[in-house]
Formats: sequence, structure tokens, C-alpha cells
Amino acid sequence: MNTKDALIKYCTRLADNNLILGQRLAEWCSRGPILEEDLAMTNISLDLFGEAESIYEYISTLTDNHLSADDIAFLRSEREYSNTLLVELPNGDFAYTMAKQFLYASFAKLLYTSLLNSNDETLKGLSEKALKEVKYHIRHSSEWLIRFGNGTSESKTRVQNALNDIWKYTDDMFEMDEVDNELISTGIAFDLKDIYTQWNFSVSEILKEAKLTKPSNGLSIKGGYKGIHTEHLGHILTEMQYLQRAHPGAKW
Amino acid sequence: MNEEQKLNQFQARIDADEKIEPRDWMPDGYRKTLIRQMSQHAHSEVIGMQPEGNWVLRAPSLRAKKILLAKIQDEGGHGLYLYSATETLGIDRTEMIEQLQQGNAKYSSVFNYPTLNWADIGAIGWLVDGAAIVNQTMLAKCSYGPYSRAMLRICKEEGFHQRQGYEIMGKMMTGTQAQREMAQDAMNRWWWPALMMFGPHDSESAHSQESMKWKIKVESNDKLRQRFVNRTVEQAHHIGLTVPDPLLSYNKETLNWSFGPINWDEFWSIVKGNGPCNEQRMSHHIKYHNEGAWVREAALAFEENLTKKQTVSI
Repeated sequence: MNTKDALIKYCTRLADNNLILGQRLAEWCSRGPILEEDLAMTNISLDLFGEAESIYEYISTLTDNHLSADDIAFLRSEREYSNTLLVELPNGDFAYTMAKQFLYASFAKLLYTSLLNSNDETLKGLSEKALKEVKYHIRHSSEWLIRFGNGTSESKTRVQNALNDIWKYTDDMFEMDEVDNELISTGIAFDLKDIYTQWNFSVSEILKEAKLTKPSNGLSIKGGYKGIHTEHLGHILTEMQYLQRAHPGAKW
Repeated sequence: MNEEQKLNQFQARIDADEKIEPRDWMPDGYRKTLIRQMSQHAHSEVIGMQPEGNWVLRAPSLRAKKILLAKIQDEGGHGLYLYSATETLGIDRTEMIEQLQQGNAKYSSVFNYPTLNWADIGAIGWLVDGAAIVNQTMLAKCSYGPYSRAMLRICKEEGFHQRQGYEIMGKMMTGTQAQREMAQDAMNRWWWPALMMFGPHDSESAHSQESMKWKIKVESNDKLRQRFVNRTVEQAHHIGLTVPDPLLSYNKETLNWSFGPINWDEFWSIVKGNGPCNEQRMSHHIKYHNEGAWVREAALAFEENLTKKQTVSI
């Protein structure tokens, strides 16, 4: 695989992660447990859409097919999306959403931090900007995990169940293939095994503080980067793409 | 000082255009009216998140998604800000939410209409927020300090909301046939509800007189409504939308757009709870409020556990 193709694929994974998680979080709009949290979740969703848009715009400059950021975001089919599986999981209750948020944001923070050393100036710049936001996303979700773990027995049970359920999707974030190999060899991206080690450490620290048990590594479901998704993604896209599909070529 | 002297002094301050602040003496009626009106305003911001939230997941572009999310967040923020301003009158947010959920406090009836196509998001921004701005610009001059200051701040953001709504309508009107039809359809459904937002005619308005005396309102419903109509008709024509009122005509003498009769039966029916979405809006609010109860309990328990620990370690 040549470097440019690998870069396009890599950026698509990154952008799709942001887009799909942003879409999931936006589902909370008017449904938060308290008004402040309603606002926090839609605010994070807005950050993620902003990040997605910047990356799609970059992708659109890398390809020769004249697709806009919106075309890329809204007009692909399920198998062409390459987000990691965790971000497409349904929201569940507030504990489930916060657990997802925490596990993903912890990964994203380390990934963006590594990309500050990328040879690709655009990717470096995008990561710098995203990093400022993702630090807040971690703080927000980890504080809730700590509250739940040290709150009531109900909150502790809910968040522990959520972690147990979500855990099997976390390995997928660290999957590597020829895309990564090509970009690692050219100094554009970095080894996700190193990021996994750091992620494992920082997640464990917070779980300890939250008095929660880190689930054991058992079943592991993977495939997001290759476009093999859960059944949930198709439904997310059906809703998200509705107007673009129903009115081809219309400008909004 | 006896009650009557206090009342006279209070009225003198109002007449001199002084702002009343939370710790100042105020008649019970003034306090009650403000609590009713300000909490209703706060609830409207919060309930208004539902019809707009209905399109967040289907917004047709990344830009549209971002703008709509930002706008809904603004509305929620206004809600928070207004709840706090109302709390200065001696009621807390929990109580206000209880009143809302028990049907003892209201929110703007306009949010009891459904959002049926993407242009409705444009129409809400342009017409509903547009009407709100006219009303809120007036409220920024009201006699109660915290409310007046809240309105000043909120008006700035509502200006942005109205522009984004008008932009959506404008874009759709230069788009495909289907888009133009959606825009006109939204205009047809939201025009009259927007006019109703100013409330009954001055002659029919239950609270108006006292509110005017206390400068909680400084202009009448009809005057504000006319200002909105004058402003908006021109904007509609500019992008090729038809105002759904066969009696609409420009009066060269008064320089006003005169308009046909408002369907007050529909208005009162919705106020009484019989609109297309009254039940839906309230059951949605109650459902998610209840589903979040364990989160609020956990947060409280966490704070309490923390305090206990700190006490022990001292």
C-alpha cells in the first residue's frame, strides 16, 4: 500500500470515530439526567463533529475524486465506514455512555498525543486541536466513573455492568494492519501496541480510584477498521443520511 | 413603615425606572408574577430543546449539525441562566421542575407543535426565535434587575439563532422544488403559532395591566406582535416565501402590515393542554427526568461520602 492511500484510510478511521461517537452522544439531546449533563454531552458531541469535519476536509484534499467533507461523511455505505466498534454501541443508560466515553477518550488522547510527533503537518495540527478537547472529555467521563463507583450501590452496579459489557470491544481500537505499518515506517503514525500499554495503565488508575474492577480479557470482537461492524451502525447511518439520500444533490 | 407606604415607595422606584434587586422589598404579587413568568420562560427554553432535538440526528450536513447542536445548547444554557435568575426570588429549580411536571407551571405553547421536516428547524429559528427576540428585547427593559440582565445576554444569542434559521430557509428556497415546498410548508405551519407567541390581544390579556404598572412588561402584546409582523413579512418576501394570510396587506397610512384574525380557539386549546404535542413533550420530560434520578442520587451520595471522609480525617 502506498503512503497516500494508507493516510487516507487512517484519517477515515479517525474521522469516522469522531462522527459516529458524536452522533451517538447527540442522541442524549433533551434526555440528560440533569440539564447540565444534557449540555455537557451535546457540547462534547459538537467537539467531535468539529474534529470529524476537519479530518474529512483533509481527506477530501488527499483524494482526486472531488468529494466534499459532507459527501464523505454522509454518502458511504456501512462497509465503507471504518470507525472502531466501541463508538457505535448504543448509549444504554448514563453509566454505559460514560463508560464508553471514558474508554474511547482515553484511547483518543494517547493517539492524538502520539500524533504530535507525526511527519504529517496537517495530522499534527489536527491532533493538537483535538487534544485540547479530548482532555476535557476524559475529565468529564472519568469524574462520573469515580462518582458512580463511590456513589450508591445502584450506580456502582450499573457502571460495573457497563464496563463488563463494553470491554470486549476495546481491543478493536488497537488493531493494526498494513495501513499502520506503512504509516509507521514513514513516521506519520505510531505503534498502537505502545498506546495500548499506556491506555491500560491510565484506565486502570481511574478504575482503581472508582473502586471498580477491570474486566478480564476474554471474548474480543473486532473488525471496525476493516468495515466489519455491529448491526447498530446501519441504523445510525439510516437516520444520519436520511436527507442526503432522499434528496440527492440538494444543498442545505 | 406600613404595607401601604412600602407599596407606594416601591411604585415610586418603578416609576423612576429604578431596577428592583433580589434583596429589595417587593409586593407578593410582583414576586409571584415574576416567578410565574420567569420560570415559564426557563421551562420554554428547556422544552424547546425537544422539537429541535428531533432533527439533530438527521441534520443534512456537518455544518448544519454543528449549528443546530450549538443552538440547542444555547437554549439549554438560557434555561439554566433563567432558572438561576428565578431562584433569586426564593424558589429553587427542583420546585420549579415539579410545578412544570405537575402542570402548575407552563411553557410556551409554540413548542407543542411538531417539527415535521428540516425546514421546520429553519422556521423555528427564524420565526419562533424571531418572535422571542422582539419580546425579550422588551423584557430587557423590565424592572427586575436579574431578569433584565438575563434578557440582555440572551438576546445576543437569539440574534444568531434567528439568522441561522433564516439562512436555512433562504438556502432551501434557492434549492430543489422539494426543498422549496418543504420551506413553504414549514412557513404555513409556523407563521400563525409565531404570532400567537405574543399572547392574547391587549383587551383579553389577564396579566397585562398589572405587569405594565410594575414594568414587568413595558410594551403591549399587540404592539410587539405588529413589530414582529412588520419585520418578518419583508424577510419572507425577500426569499420568495408566501405568508399564509390572504388578508395580509400593507397600510400606507400606519406603515404597518395588517393581518387577518388569529385563531384564538386553537391558541387556548393548546394552552389548556390539547395541542398536538402537549402530552408528548411533558411525558418525554418526565420520563428522562425519572430515568436520571439514580444519577442525581449517586452524585449526592458521592458528595456526602466525600464530606464524611474529610470529617473523619480531620
